[in-house]
Amino acid sequence: MVEDYKLVDAPVEQPLSMHPKKFAMWLFIVTVVMIFAAFTSAHIVRQADGDWLVYDIPSMLWVTSGIILASSGFMQWAYIAAKKDKPEQVKLALSIATVLGLAFLYGQFKAWGQLVDAGVFFVGNPAGSFMYVFTGLHAAHLISGVIYLLYMLVSSFRYKVHSKNMLNMDMCTTFWHFLGGLWIYLFIFLLLNH
Amino acid sequence: MATEAAHIDVHAHDDHHDDHHEQSFIAKYIFSQDHKVIAKQFLITGIFWAIIGAAMSAIFRLQLGFPDADLGWLRPLLGKWINETGQLDPEFYLALVTMHGTIMVFFVLTAGLSGTFSNFLIPLQIGARDMASGFMNMLSYWFFFASGVLMFISLFIETGPASGGWVVYPPLSAIQTAMPGSGLGMTLWLVAMVFFIASSLLGGINYITTVINLRTKGMTFSRLPLTIWAFFLTAVIGVLSFPVLFAAALLLVFDRSFGTSFYLSDIYINGEALPNVGGSPILYQHLFWFLGHPEVYIVLLPALGITSEIIATNSRKPIFGYKAMIVSMLGITFLSFIVWAHHMFVSGMNPFLGSIFMFLTLIIAVPSAVKVFNYLTTLWKGNIVFTPAMLFSIGLVSVFISGGITGIFLGNSAIDIQLHDTYFVVAHFHLVMGAASAFGLLAGVYHWFPKMFGRMMNAKLGYIHFWLTFIGIYAVFFPMHYIGIAGFPRRYYSFTNFDAFSGFTDLNQFISVAAICTFIGQFIFLFNFFYSIYRGRKATANPWKSNTLEWTTPINPGHGNWPGEIPQVYRWPYDYSKPGAEDDFIPQTVPFSETMESNLPHENDLIALEKEEAEEILVDESKGH
Repeated sequence: MVEDYKLVDAPVEQPLSMHPKKFAMWLFIVTVVMIFAAFTSAHIVRQADGDWLVYDIPSMLWVTSGIILASSGFMQWAYIAAKKDKPEQVKLALSIATVLGLAFLYGQFKAWGQLVDAGVFFVGNPAGSFMYVFTGLHAAHLISGVIYLLYMLVSSFRYKVHSKNMLNMDMCTTFWHFLGGLWIYLFIFLLLNH
Repeated sequence: MATEAAHIDVHAHDDHHDDHHEQSFIAKYIFSQDHKVIAKQFLITGIFWAIIGAAMSAIFRLQLGFPDADLGWLRPLLGKWINETGQLDPEFYLALVTMHGTIMVFFVLTAGLSGTFSNFLIPLQIGARDMASGFMNMLSYWFFFASGVLMFISLFIETGPASGGWVVYPPLSAIQTAMPGSGLGMTLWLVAMVFFIASSLLGGINYITTVINLRTKGMTFSRLPLTIWAFFLTAVIGVLSFPVLFAAALLLVFDRSFGTSFYLSDIYINGEALPNVGGSPILYQHLFWFLGHPEVYIVLLPALGITSEIIATNSRKPIFGYKAMIVSMLGITFLSFIVWAHHMFVSGMNPFLGSIFMFLTLIIAVPSAVKVFNYLTTLWKGNIVFTPAMLFSIGLVSVFISGGITGIFLGNSAIDIQLHDTYFVVAHFHLVMGAASAFGLLAGVYHWFPKMFGRMMNAKLGYIHFWLTFIGIYAVFFPMHYIGIAGFPRRYYSFTNFDAFSGFTDLNQFISVAAICTFIGQFIFLFNFFYSIYRGRKATANPWKSNTLEWTTPINPGHGNWPGEIPQVYRWPYDYSKPGAEDDFIPQTVPFSETMESNLPHENDLIALEKEEAEEILVDESKGH
């Protein structure tokens, strides 16, 4: 039977100052970027083949883009407040950011309704299908972001988010900004290529 | 910093291992978070799948070599897939080919190879206690396991497993009624692949993070063993390319199950048009091969890394061109992403685009050749020790050369018109990717078996296994090139019913006999492997007199790998037969100040640096007290 060791860890300098967990999250972001890079390039390649349905981008998406930007703003506020050890502000800003995140999801759902009203369906010309895939897959990622936000929210109400415990807050902020940025990229892409 | 404070007792609750603890067994061997146990789990699962995958090839080789033979004796195994006259069902033949490809590429040579050796060697060779996230590592294995269970179930369903080829091109794979295997079997295939992608990504993210963040003191990137470089770059390729396969598979799922038209257009079945319009099957090929080609290097690079390490150790010489090796691996990594369309030369691509991809493809010959020459020059005038691992490594170099050269033919977009989808392709990739990676896997098992299980494998059986495999591989795949040049298309159930392909039956028989002999030869390895786990000769701490860190651990390393402090690294891992040195190897943990007799001038300068660092640590400690 293998014995267990008393591990003596001398103070080892980390080769990289970034925390391994945060670094792993960045790698996860890379994989998400690759998925959407694949979809958007598939969109471009397919569009170049012709037989492409041109439709109007649902107006709702302008609203949701604004919402997600605002949400990112509040997230940044929460992050700064946590760094400065202002728990009340953290709670407030995180709550608003979470609510705005949920509002964004609801808005995306409404945008699908607008698409259906305009006669653009998931099944049919790939132009419309791509639209649903972009928004749907982004929403799926955003849900994971909202769950992370809710987790942070609970932590903040337990006063666990402060300047000495920033790893999760840092990661959550990065991830949330990334999801917002990803949406803005997709939105601009769709505006230019719908 | 106080050293006392840094004493971490990871198993405070469980100091003396008690065999009565059921919980402890599950935590230790099943849902383990220890990288060494997870590596063994990957290895054993990989071996399980390798047996199934190879057995499938033996069955379809029987069909190809002896199309008229009575296969009734296989009925207990295959049931209704052997029809009344004792013939293999043609649909099931296609399923066998598909599953053989899927299993070998993904389950054996991706999960079985990277999963085993990246997990096992990264922490041990860079001097880390474990992976960056043991939990993610555990998840990675269990996602792989779930994927395997689904794939295994699909072998036994009524309509048979997926059978559209391992590339699952639409429309064959997208229309459920296209063939029996496109029904439930295909659905299970896709779900299994989603799990597999999740497993690969979890693993890959972990490998990269560990290599970047958890190297021990002194382990700079220019002192990393080439194995670690290879695993690192493999993980980078995986993280960048597997998400694209996910995207391709997701759209395929939508086409299959929700009626979208990403890949489908203008299809008529029995004279009736399907509702799908506006899709493009070529789109799938682009997305698939954007993973599919890098996947070749995901499979191959770890094998090349393992070979570098084994050849240097057993030639008792420093690896020739360490930096060139790294640069060529970086080159292969980069190029692997911009050559995918050479799989699609005959799919209606613009010929100008074809010549660009041809050019990029042929460039890969440069880093590949650099690696081959470096292996040969490392072997040149070395004191070669022919361990079974060394034989398999040299075998890898051999099949890599023979398979690589045919790649230059295939990469040519004009010659590809004749050779596309023939047995020439089959022969090419089985040598350069299949056999080479399998040799790397076997070499790795023989070489690191003492570290994994604390015992040695039997070398004599290893030699027999090597020669059977080596001769067998060439006997199978060399003649296959001729059949390919003659224009025999791959994936055909039988050739005897076509006048154009009625020749070469004897050659096909020869290949089949060789393939089955090679398959049987692998059981020598299996016996050796499992017998040696329990009864093998006890290993010494450093049986191959190797320099890397894993041999500084106890013979059976426990959780945390090193009792006490993690060793510090002072030199690169290839100081073999250094002129002036007492032994013919100097482990990475030996500082230059202790090897005055063999130091090179610039290494003498490093001694001052070593002293400074040692003083710094002393100062740190005294401050803490």
